[in-house]
Amino acid sequence: MAAQPEGAPIGRRTVLSLLALGAAGVVGGSRVQSALTSWLGPLESRDPTGLIALLPLGDTFRFYSVTGHVPTRTAATYRLTVSGLVSHPATYTLADLEGMPQTHFTKDFQCVTGWRVPEVPWSGVPLSSLIERANPTSSAKAVRFRSFDGTYTESLTMKEAMRSDVIVALRMLGAPVTHDHGGPVRMYCASMYGYKSTKWLSGIELTDTEIPGYWEEYGYDINGTVRD
Amino acid sequence: MRPLVPRFSRSVRLVHWATAVLLGIGVVTAFVLYNGSVTLAVGHRRVIELIHVYAGFALPVPMLAGLISRAYRSDLGRLNRFSRTDWRWLRSKNRRDGSIKVGKFNAGQKLNAALVAGSILVLLGTGLIMYFPDWVRLSWRSGATFVHDWFALGLGLLTLGHIAFAVRDAESRRGMRSGVVEPEWALAEHEAWADELGVTRPEQH
Repeated sequence: MAAQPEGAPIGRRTVLSLLALGAAGVVGGSRVQSALTSWLGPLESRDPTGLIALLPLGDTFRFYSVTGHVPTRTAATYRLTVSGLVSHPATYTLADLEGMPQTHFTKDFQCVTGWRVPEVPWSGVPLSSLIERANPTSSAKAVRFRSFDGTYTESLTMKEAMRSDVIVALRMLGAPVTHDHGGPVRMYCASMYGYKSTKWLSGIELTDTEIPGYWEEYGYDINGTVRD
Repeated sequence: MRPLVPRFSRSVRLVHWATAVLLGIGVVTAFVLYNGSVTLAVGHRRVIELIHVYAGFALPVPMLAGLISRAYRSDLGRLNRFSRTDWRWLRSKNRRDGSIKVGKFNAGQKLNAALVAGSILVLLGTGLIMYFPDWVRLSWRSGATFVHDWFALGLGLLTLGHIAFAVRDAESRRGMRSGVVEPEWALAEHEAWADELGVTRPEQH
């Protein structure tokens, strides 16, 4: 009948080796990732087969959408409302926003789960200037963002909202914000995890308390500051 | 008609198919979460993510539950052990011509089993790290994402290979579906195992 198993326990050793490799990758993978991307990234853009793009080279955006279909807004149909605890509520068109003084900077996009896109060029209207134009009342302590996807919300404390690296982004990666990236207008909060930067921005509402946003209802920290 | 040869017990087949279903769910949802245009076409990230994560949490359960079965433990023991013959089989160019007598599992199947089991555990661990961002520091979460991506690709390729071999061999599929195989197949593909079971050779004419 079944013979006594003979030979070395290679199966177990293989499993343990993979676990060790996985653990080493967790600790050191961040650096390996950067190296791989800097070698293969330039090749990827010139690869006619498109095969390199199928490899999980990090440092590329992963697209998140929490609803089904997100409508497309064009320059003609886009509107951004500023409302809530303000004395001058307003509605802006894309042209209105484009006509305002723009801030430009290059900053990483960091997801809370770990992926990161380094050195993304951003430009847009500082959120602080839209808030100042609206003239908030003394009871306004926080800012709530809505998305025209109809579901997503986020919020910032007033102090966070007034930071100079928090912008209503009109351009990223050297071009107008695409629909997939949350365009034509999205938030970008440079010092915070990506979930704080509402895509498909449609409303800015000043509130008296900071209301937990979409992912925060599911457990993410309402303070989305990136911490090492 | 010569009697069919019992290859896989009900418990082993149950573990296999439960794992296959969970892995299938994991692969499909992974594709939706990973491929940008599909991600946006499907949307509903929270739902897709939950399905993916819970299929992942459940993935090792059938394999662990299988341990209560003696037949499953016996197969696991066979998969674990590599004999000299296994190394010879792996190196051989004509490994399929029957000149090397193979036991219940050939060395490729053993290697696949170990790589799949190890990959599943690594994917589970790194998945937990990403799902609970408070557990470890950011650079480890970045590392976990990196590891999860590459191991997922590896496990995907292993699974494709596994399916490709199955597609080419109806009798091996029958073994995993119904539990029994033709004695001729047992002799041709797993001769040492067939000998163990006392499978007789067809009469010579």
